[in-house]
Amino acid sequence: MQAIGEKNFFELFDLPVGFELDTADLADRYRKLQRQFHPDRYANASGPERLLSLQITARINQGFQTLKEPLSRGRYLLALQGVDTGEETDTRMDADFLAEQMELRESLHEARQSAQRGERLAHLATETDRLLKVRTGALAQSLAGSDPAALQRARGLVREMQFLAKLAREIEDLEEAG
Amino acid sequence: MALLQISEPGQSTAPHQHRLAVGIDLGTTNSLVATVRSGLADTLPDATGRHLLPSVVRYRDGADVIVGEAALAAAADDPLNTIASVKRLMGRGVDDVKTLGGVLPYDFAPGDGGMPRICTAAGLVSPVEVSAEILRTLKQRAEAALGGELSGAVITVPAYFDDSQRQATKDAGRLAGLTVLRLLNEPTAAAVAYGLDKKAEGVFAIYDLGGGTFDISILRLNRGVFEVLATAGDSALGGDDMDYAIAGWMLGQAGVDVATDLRAARRALRDARTAKHVLSESAEAAVQVVRADGTVWEGRLGCEQFAAIVDPIIERTVAPCKRALRDAGISASDIAEVVLVGGSTRMPRVRHRAELVFGRTPLADIDPDRVVAIGAAIQADILAGNKASDEMLLLDVIPLSLGIEIMGGMVEKVIVRNSTIPIAKAQDFTTFKDGQTAMAIHVVQGERELVSDCRSLARFELRGIPPMVAGAGRIRVTFQVDADGLLGVSAQEQTSGVESSVVVKPSYGLSDDEIERMLRDSIAYAQEDSVARDLREQQTEADRVLAAVENAVAADGATLLSAPEREEIDRALARLRSLRANANAAQIRDGIAVLDQATAEFAARRMNVGISKALSGHRLDEFS
Repeated sequence: MQAIGEKNFFELFDLPVGFELDTADLADRYRKLQRQFHPDRYANASGPERLLSLQITARINQGFQTLKEPLSRGRYLLALQGVDTGEETDTRMDADFLAEQMELRESLHEARQSAQRGERLAHLATETDRLLKVRTGALAQSLAGSDPAALQRARGLVREMQFLAKLAREIEDLEEAG
Repeated sequence: MALLQISEPGQSTAPHQHRLAVGIDLGTTNSLVATVRSGLADTLPDATGRHLLPSVVRYRDGADVIVGEAALAAAADDPLNTIASVKRLMGRGVDDVKTLGGVLPYDFAPGDGGMPRICTAAGLVSPVEVSAEILRTLKQRAEAALGGELSGAVITVPAYFDDSQRQATKDAGRLAGLTVLRLLNEPTAAAVAYGLDKKAEGVFAIYDLGGGTFDISILRLNRGVFEVLATAGDSALGGDDMDYAIAGWMLGQAGVDVATDLRAARRALRDARTAKHVLSESAEAAVQVVRADGTVWEGRLGCEQFAAIVDPIIERTVAPCKRALRDAGISASDIAEVVLVGGSTRMPRVRHRAELVFGRTPLADIDPDRVVAIGAAIQADILAGNKASDEMLLLDVIPLSLGIEIMGGMVEKVIVRNSTIPIAKAQDFTTFKDGQTAMAIHVVQGERELVSDCRSLARFELRGIPPMVAGAGRIRVTFQVDADGLLGVSAQEQTSGVESSVVVKPSYGLSDDEIERMLRDSIAYAQEDSVARDLREQQTEADRVLAAVENAVAADGATLLSAPEREEIDRALARLRSLRANANAAQIRDGIAVLDQATAEFAARRMNVGISKALSGHRLDEFS
């Protein structure tokens, strides 16, 4: 039997490795694993079991967090295939994408100053969400194949989604600030 | 509130196995202790029948410390020696305390920027020690009521407490001589008590406005799993702030200067609180201020004026509510019920505001003062091993992001807020100078991008990095948050394996040595031989471990252990049993360590089997 520490996140949840995933099913599996391994269950167990319960639960939590969002799931799938998305180190982006980003950033700047700030921000949030969804769909297609070209496409998409997700967070922060 | 029936019929625990465990709500204004007896959870009263213990401690010169009602009664006459609302000072630095409004009437010792110490007639005391006095009083109350020594306690903390505040609370528990089984978030405790009582399912919002803290938690209740989706709040916002604002208005009307007339200020604070209570039921309250010269100002506080004073404070609860909803990824209409917790939610203005935020009438059919302690008692009962925990599980989150300082005074987040705990996460960093052999690691908590806007938790250094060109070193920093929400950090240079780690001990807390010394110095401990105590603790621990391993071997020994492996474990068990009966504390400790080692591989195998067991039910669900 494969030890828990050697399982990747998909194996941990006993799911096939792949981008398509039913998040309700994932959440159900997550709760079942938590019921089995949570430190509260091991409050009176032996020392080694208590330590393992803590380590395994931490891994279950990280796995759930990684798999439930398309962006982090995509990035993780690429990492499993040895593709580093390099969001921190590699800052080169597609020129068209950068132009689109600059436009969005400009809209965000305008929205902040605008008299209809709330409306403009909400509109921008919807637009960002739409762009993210388009890429999520494309990412699912790219990750269905495993040829190098498809993986490179997926890598590009994850990097773009990272940009958009950051923008979406900034818009939310501004909406919250009111 | 109604007593909670939480044990299944016919599932009684044998009396000799029952461990005495309590839940403690260590509140800003009042504290409570609760326990589960015969399957019923309820708060424990003192000898005079009072359940609420005012969180007030009075220090006297050469006399015993007074805690509770009697201390509260003396607050106005002896303001500098009577410490109230000490929870607001927990885990805070001297500088933070100064920004708490300047209304705290205590005489702080000029500090070194570390933990504030209050000058009293009995000498300097730290907030942790003051809290420990309150906990000790509750411990004594519980032991008197239950007729035995407590095996452990669950202490509740505001969900929005940061690492320093949690650590300070745990230290206070240790200082009071309690075994702290768990720090439990107050709204989660309330959800447990409420959810089990009502057999609730769905998404709930717990709006908890107490004396000094505000929490909003969004939970999903699903077949006994209490999953916190998001939490937000303000750990310096509560009924106290309203009292200060009302007292400020009264003193202003009377033309009294707070700085020069401490007594009038303390009295005004007391009267402001009374007026606030009156205004929860009446349209106006009579108020007066006695000046230092004996003259009296008398006035009336009406609804409109009252609203003008308190509404801006209540309004500060709205933004956290919106943020929690957003972080949980749900809208107000998804909420099944809003549950009000904390004494301040008795105020109609507060209820009204909560209703506006969530668009539904909040539930107010539970006692907002006692529900937290009751939830904590239920959790304590499970953690003490009195009850199979099969039907209940709490999944809580960390309220504030954790990160480390990077170049330019910026924060790199390692664990983001609202991550489910326990959690571990590693991030790689690199050296920025050629030949750099050490790296300073500064751990911070908060949401802002600049280090200066976050709370500094700890600093430590990783030394002995082999000299390399800038950017070649790979330093992996691992954050581990346990089920109490407490952080441990370790750092390792990847090429050389040089390692450094810290249990995060905040700058504003007590060191382990200080706690040990205080424990030794305290009267309760002086009465007992520390050697005997240590022995007893190790014997208890040995009993626990022996039972755990015996159960594990009985369950899985036949299938998971080879004959030689089984023999080794049996030998270690027999040795520990014999040490338990005859040896000293150190020898028993060693016997436990040997047994731990002998069972490590067995434990790992049991876990591996556990995972298929956990998900095998899943497959059945799918095919049915």
